[in-house]
Amino acid sequence: MTELKALSPAAGLLPLEIGGAALREDEMRQLTLVAPFKGKEAALAKALEAAHGLRWPEAGETSVSGAVRLVWFGRGAALLMGGEASSKLAPYAALTDQSDAWSCLVLEGAGARDVLARLTPLDMRDVAFPMGATARTEVFHMACSITRLAAESWQIMGFRSMAKTLVHDLQVAMEGVAARAS
Amino acid sequence: MRLQGKGLINRSRKVRFSFDGRSYEGFEGDTLASALLANGVKLMARSFKYHRPRGVLTAGSEEPNALVTVGKGGSQDPNMRATVQEIYEGLEAVSQNRWPSLDFDVMGVNDLGAPFLGAGFYYKTFMWPKAFWEKLYEPVIRRAAGLGAISGDPISDKYERGFAHCDVLVIGSGPSGLMAALTAAEAGADVILAEEDSALGGRLLSESGEIDGTPARDWAEAIVGRLDAMDNVRIMTRTSVTGAYDGGTYGALERVAHHRPLAKGLPKECFWKIAAKRAVLAAGALERPVAFQNNDRPGVMMASAVRAYVNRWNVAPGQAVALFGNNDSIHDVAADLLAAGVHVAALIDSRADARCALDVPFYAGAQACGTEGRKALEAVSIARPSGIEKVQADCLGMSGGWNPTLHLTCHMNGRPEWNEAIAAFVPKVGMVPGLIAAGACNGVFSTAACLGEGVGAAQAACEALGLKAKVPQMPRAEDRPYNIAPLWAVAGKGRAWLDFQNDVTVKDVKQAAVENFRSVEHMKRYTTQGMATDQGKNSNVQALAVLADATGRGIPETGTTTYRPPFTPVAIAAMAAGAADKGFAPERFTTSHRLTVAANAPMIEAGLWYRPSYFPAKGETTWRQSCDREVGYVRNAVGVCDVSTLGKIDIKGKDAGAFLDFVYTNMFSTLKVGRVRYGLMLREDGHVMDDGTTARLAEDHFVMTTTTAAAGEVMKHMEFVSQGLRPDLDVRFASVTEHWAQFAVAGPKARELLNGLLDAPIEGESWPFMACGNVKVAGVSGRLFRISFSGEHAYEVAVPARYGESLFGELRKRAEKLGGGAYGMEALNVLRIEKGFITHGEIHGRVTAFDIGMQGMMSKKKDFIGKAAAMRPGLLDEDREMMVGLKPVGVVKQLTAGAHLYNEGAEPVRKNNQGYLTSVAFSPTMETFLGLGFLRGGRARHGEIVQMVDHVRGISTTCEVCHPVFLDPEGERSRD
Amino acid sequence: MRIACPLCGERDSREFSYKGHALALERPSEDAGFGAWDDYLHNRENPAGWTRELWFHDFGCGSWLVAERNTVTHEFGKVELAENVKEAMA
Repeated sequence: MTELKALSPAAGLLPLEIGGAALREDEMRQLTLVAPFKGKEAALAKALEAAHGLRWPEAGETSVSGAVRLVWFGRGAALLMGGEASSKLAPYAALTDQSDAWSCLVLEGAGARDVLARLTPLDMRDVAFPMGATARTEVFHMACSITRLAAESWQIMGFRSMAKTLVHDLQVAMEGVAARAS
Repeated sequence: MRLQGKGLINRSRKVRFSFDGRSYEGFEGDTLASALLANGVKLMARSFKYHRPRGVLTAGSEEPNALVTVGKGGSQDPNMRATVQEIYEGLEAVSQNRWPSLDFDVMGVNDLGAPFLGAGFYYKTFMWPKAFWEKLYEPVIRRAAGLGAISGDPISDKYERGFAHCDVLVIGSGPSGLMAALTAAEAGADVILAEEDSALGGRLLSESGEIDGTPARDWAEAIVGRLDAMDNVRIMTRTSVTGAYDGGTYGALERVAHHRPLAKGLPKECFWKIAAKRAVLAAGALERPVAFQNNDRPGVMMASAVRAYVNRWNVAPGQAVALFGNNDSIHDVAADLLAAGVHVAALIDSRADARCALDVPFYAGAQACGTEGRKALEAVSIARPSGIEKVQADCLGMSGGWNPTLHLTCHMNGRPEWNEAIAAFVPKVGMVPGLIAAGACNGVFSTAACLGEGVGAAQAACEALGLKAKVPQMPRAEDRPYNIAPLWAVAGKGRAWLDFQNDVTVKDVKQAAVENFRSVEHMKRYTTQGMATDQGKNSNVQALAVLADATGRGIPETGTTTYRPPFTPVAIAAMAAGAADKGFAPERFTTSHRLTVAANAPMIEAGLWYRPSYFPAKGETTWRQSCDREVGYVRNAVGVCDVSTLGKIDIKGKDAGAFLDFVYTNMFSTLKVGRVRYGLMLREDGHVMDDGTTARLAEDHFVMTTTTAAAGEVMKHMEFVSQGLRPDLDVRFASVTEHWAQFAVAGPKARELLNGLLDAPIEGESWPFMACGNVKVAGVSGRLFRISFSGEHAYEVAVPARYGESLFGELRKRAEKLGGGAYGMEALNVLRIEKGFITHGEIHGRVTAFDIGMQGMMSKKKDFIGKAAAMRPGLLDEDREMMVGLKPVGVVKQLTAGAHLYNEGAEPVRKNNQGYLTSVAFSPTMETFLGLGFLRGGRARHGEIVQMVDHVRGISTTCEVCHPVFLDPEGERSRD
Repeated sequence: MRIACPLCGERDSREFSYKGHALALERPSEDAGFGAWDDYLHNRENPAGWTRELWFHDFGCGSWLVAERNTVTHEFGKVELAENVKEAMA
């Protein structure tokens, strides 16, 4: 019997710790893109609440319930992370499995924000990007999703096929920030 | 010579460096210029055109003369300003534009030829013969004249870019900037204070006055300390704000490592893009020279530079210093010189009514009118009403007044206005939205007024942001009026230098006017005044004043040239920071990449993706051998190919079918669940955008494939159609390109191969041609499509990408057991050309459905994107270039892509052009070259003989025009 | 240049791409005639001053936007979701 082996997007590339910043690949989670159908936003919100205990996130927000998070993921869509989407959502939203589409990295440490400032035009100040804030933005040349997990911890999601470049670009920035501090 | 005193140098830290190979010693805190002056080195450069000996003119980033080269090879930086370059242990700097040495420069002979080398000389002299300009004159001139050179080696330094955000950006940290930053920060604004210098304080670091009863420098240090302690203040030193752009965006260059040896990972420079809600420009003012005969000798410098060297670096720029100017500044400098114990040889004030309170030789109503000394100043001639007098001096500080550093205010098309009272241009309010000029850059010169302007600007900025700024206790400071009598050029014979960097004299500007280059923009280009690294910071106003005089106009009417970013030079490497090599663009790798590379397959770039060209087998020496073998796999056994790079879009919703009907030319709402259909997509202008297959997995669920090249464009197009044209349709889509690893399994043994992996094997005709559905592949949920881009019995099987590598390995291994194997892009291309299947080689943006023979796919039953435009008569003309197949039938058997087609016997020239080839391949199946191309009225010309001519490669082939499907025109093999 | 995306807030212009005048939302009917289609596809005013144009937030939320922009000063005015603009036209 043949068994297919699973590989994570950044397999063999991480973790990295350079100066005051550490980069690791997050565990592979179930990812489902939830995009409410026309006029079904309210019904979906109700079903989400009932099935997952999650509030529908406004633009730039994350909604959390236990280990499951619902991260705003662009116009009319949110990404359900860390749990299987309830079939009760199906009548109200297009549910698309994205579990293998994204490489999910976590950058943390005292130097993490300075590293990100080398890569994204996003305003990362506390006032503009508090805990739980999320954004679709550019990371060097790539379209990514950035979410603030904690005071010094950010989740960076990029296309799976570009994982190596994402790690490369982050590493170069980390080295630059670390070298300045020395 | 080093003086006593408490400058900003650390006398306990000696620093060794070299200039032109000679070793010197300076102190921590020295610039290269201050350290060289301290060592008695005055000759630092040769001038651009005449190779005249030059010394340092300024003490700041505007320096036109003292440019040096630092570093070697891939780390070589030309045109570094000695006044900006800080010394560090081991720094090696060399002078430029001289041969064999700075002291003895052969090209100094140019100076003797000066009467012939004035403005316009090159334009007039090297006109004929034309070809000589490029081949002879220009190279010779370029070698003789110039600045520093790059090494030509690939750059080895790292450059970085960064993004920063703030409420208030304060540019400059003199009295205005410090007060602005403090006021805004105390009001709660997020402040970035950007200072070009290595230390904060601006002119306070070089002057000797007091603020609030303490030395101004101490006051500045105290304010900086307060700012430093605030969380909402970010201080960026060695950071020049180089440009003001739209929407409160500013460019800033940070010199990260020019002042220290490079370490691993450390960027040399960082180019910042700063988004600021408001900005305060507190950039100060630049002192301007006065033009007089031989005012360019080493030792002649700005009076403010003399002051800076004495006070900040405790360096006496000369043993006997003369001062010449038209305003009060020179008196302050003289006082500081005396206080430092430096001999003041003469104080020459052009104002007849000037008074002097100091015990120095004072010349009121007089002008410096000449200098002596070749490589160093020896004497200054003074023109007085009573005659010419000569004084011995080895340094002359000059001051023609002050120009507000208003450059940034003009970066968005604004023009400054002339202020007669201070004889300078000043910014107008609002020239850059959100930016307020304060202090000296706004034409306000006393320290007290500058402090006040800083506060006022910050208050205005805060108010605009909804913050309340307190009115602070204003520090007490000097508040004298600014007293100036304009003086641009001293009358007299000889060369009086305006633009030191470009060797432009008063005579050159007058010559421009005589030759009718009267517009300041024309004068600039004719004389080159105001070009190169200093961009005329030291010469623009004087030059246009001379031009105004020569043309009989006023200065306001003459106007200024256009101020453009960058304010100071920015290396291209800094602007392209991080974008070289791997940083140029993202690399996209398929899940089979690792195994493919391990199989020694040469990779080719397909957009951002990397795909295998072919998989070489043992003993094969050419790509054609591999390609032919791989084609054989698919035609005779089974081949496996990673097709994950094709765009894949999941489309869901009750109107999904209607939406597809609108974006495709053909019908999709009628497609049965479990079936796949080929679709053609047009742009709204009626030309083909893309093609691909779309499968219906459920009533309200389709999955579309796009070509690799157009995946992004198609997604964007669909978003536009959905959001901007048909928001009434209830449809949602998501790119799943990245989620699925997808492989083509093609050939007579494709089903046999797959059945070894599928949990539920395909039985008989349960998966007919163009069927699709969900399957389990070795226990993993996947998708299976019976589609073919090779014309063979074929499938595409998709699994979640995490299993991609594993599945590819499995498929390849099993294919090899069945007499097949993996195939690459070369074989894929041959296979599709044999079948006449198009790619973007054919649908290259200028062809219509009609041109490629797919007019029948344009449904008459519905509207679709591109329909109306595609129906225009010109796009349906029977004489258009239409897609055809081409086969060689003459002696020459080779076809080449890009070659053109001509009628038999017609001269192969443009007007006889009948079409062109888009794709060619050698078909091992049919043992001949095959080509796809476009031919005028081609569909009606099958069987005709045409001539293919490749003018570039020099190949001419006689071809037969045929149907573009060469192999199995009925499509029986794919249905088998 | 900075563009205020109605969903994402103010962002650097590098996240956006441009697609001409907002007229592109006013697609003629299939049988509107060549003249109307010619105008729709090709004919555009080139104003020195305010205009309405389409921007796509590619690196951001994926919204098509209708933005008012002054071609002389590059100042942005109102920025709306194209979807809302189109729906209001119906």
